[in-house]
Amino acid sequence: MVLHAGPVQATAPGAGNSWFDPATLPTLVLSIIAIAVVLYTIRMVRSGKSFTIREIPGLKAVEEAVGRATEMGSPILYTPGWGGDIQRPTTIASMNILSSVAEKTAQYDCRLIYPTHDPVIMAVAQEVVKEGYAKAGHLDRYRADDVFYISSSQFGYAAAVDGFISRTKPASVFLLGTFEAESLILAETANSIGAIQIAGTDSTIQLAFFIVACDYTLIGEELFAASGYLSRNRMILSSVRAQDILKILIGLFIVIAVIWATFDPASTWWSF
Amino acid sequence: MQQRLPIAVCFIAGALMFLQYFSPHPVARAVFVTINDYWQIIFAFTLLVGIAAFVRTNLRQISRGKEAPYRLIGLAGLVLMPVLAVFGGIKIESPFQWAFENMLAPMQATVFSLLAFFVASASFRGFRARNAQAVILLAAALVVLIGRVPITEMISDTFPKITFWVQNYPSMAARRGILIGIGLGSMTTALRVILGIERTYLRGE
Repeated sequence: MVLHAGPVQATAPGAGNSWFDPATLPTLVLSIIAIAVVLYTIRMVRSGKSFTIREIPGLKAVEEAVGRATEMGSPILYTPGWGGDIQRPTTIASMNILSSVAEKTAQYDCRLIYPTHDPVIMAVAQEVVKEGYAKAGHLDRYRADDVFYISSSQFGYAAAVDGFISRTKPASVFLLGTFEAESLILAETANSIGAIQIAGTDSTIQLAFFIVACDYTLIGEELFAASGYLSRNRMILSSVRAQDILKILIGLFIVIAVIWATFDPASTWWSF
Repeated sequence: MQQRLPIAVCFIAGALMFLQYFSPHPVARAVFVTINDYWQIIFAFTLLVGIAAFVRTNLRQISRGKEAPYRLIGLAGLVLMPVLAVFGGIKIESPFQWAFENMLAPMQATVFSLLAFFVASASFRGFRARNAQAVILLAAALVVLIGRVPITEMISDTFPKITFWVQNYPSMAARRGILIGIGLGSMTTALRVILGIERTYLRGE
């Protein structure tokens, strides 16, 4: 049995008895800036400022996907991919979308199937789906057996989910999480049965496959903004605003660094 | 209390893991190792829960006559490999290794090989020139494909140069833009969880 690898350690262990590793200074400075920007936007919300978020077609289509499945009397299949664990922000973001999808499937009395490769994700997803059904006031419609663990093996997982898609023929398939080589196998199988597909992942390689094979794809930060978009929670939207501010700061830094490097090719302060 | 305690635990654990990243001190290393050890223990227990749920669900579905052959094969595989490992060991030429090399590995290779067919079918759909954007995508794909074929390099070294330029400038610029978005999204999501703004893991309370 191969146990979970756990979080990745970035700094070299045993680097001495110092409390601070100078090599991590740029990361610390950038982290402090990011935290400060997030706290600033939270403060703005608390002082009464509200933010709007642009329309995201992939998230707008969630309602359509659930409605279609209900009309067709077919289930919805939602899977977080094989590549991630519960510590990964992508999995957390996927859970946030799952919460909204579960609430809608409960309202429409549509079956939601959630196969996963990770038992921890299974345990959390069961709670999230159950809460979604409770929020909708239909806890009686919740089926614990529909959120289940398959296998930690990548292609064992892919084969099993493929099998479920082929046999149960879901009307809508959500592929949201961390995907690796199984992404296109799942997306193409779902495409072959005519399912509407909403996908999103943090891997740029797999994103290309999803864009080609799926109806809607959440690109880049859209997956992480989903929670705020779907819940319209002002505090969560404030962190999406913080993302935008940080993106502008990074953009400005890149422009300044490019100009600097053009006129002073020997400079290296901007590379860290 | 039901809400505050998990949020406090999450904040302390998150803050500790964040701070230890910047420190090579033995105490910081010990915190990292200890939290990782606890994570392994939690994972081992949830794996048992996952397997129990797998067995229970499959037995229930078999008793209802739903997809019985597939579910029986799944359960047989779950039982077979540990039984072979326990009674025959896991050394070379053991029954476990034989089953791994002659059953599990070929089945996994079979599923992986499906990818080649799916890439072909997805490419066929993706590269249809339906509008101006699709035409640009098709043209870029053709340029990259032509530049990657050895025979074109024999004709002229211009083809690989064009391919290199497409992959390393416009393609890389788009990819980095997406990666910056993903990085910022990951960071703010982590901060939302640590600061207790995002509470989906607490059943959304």
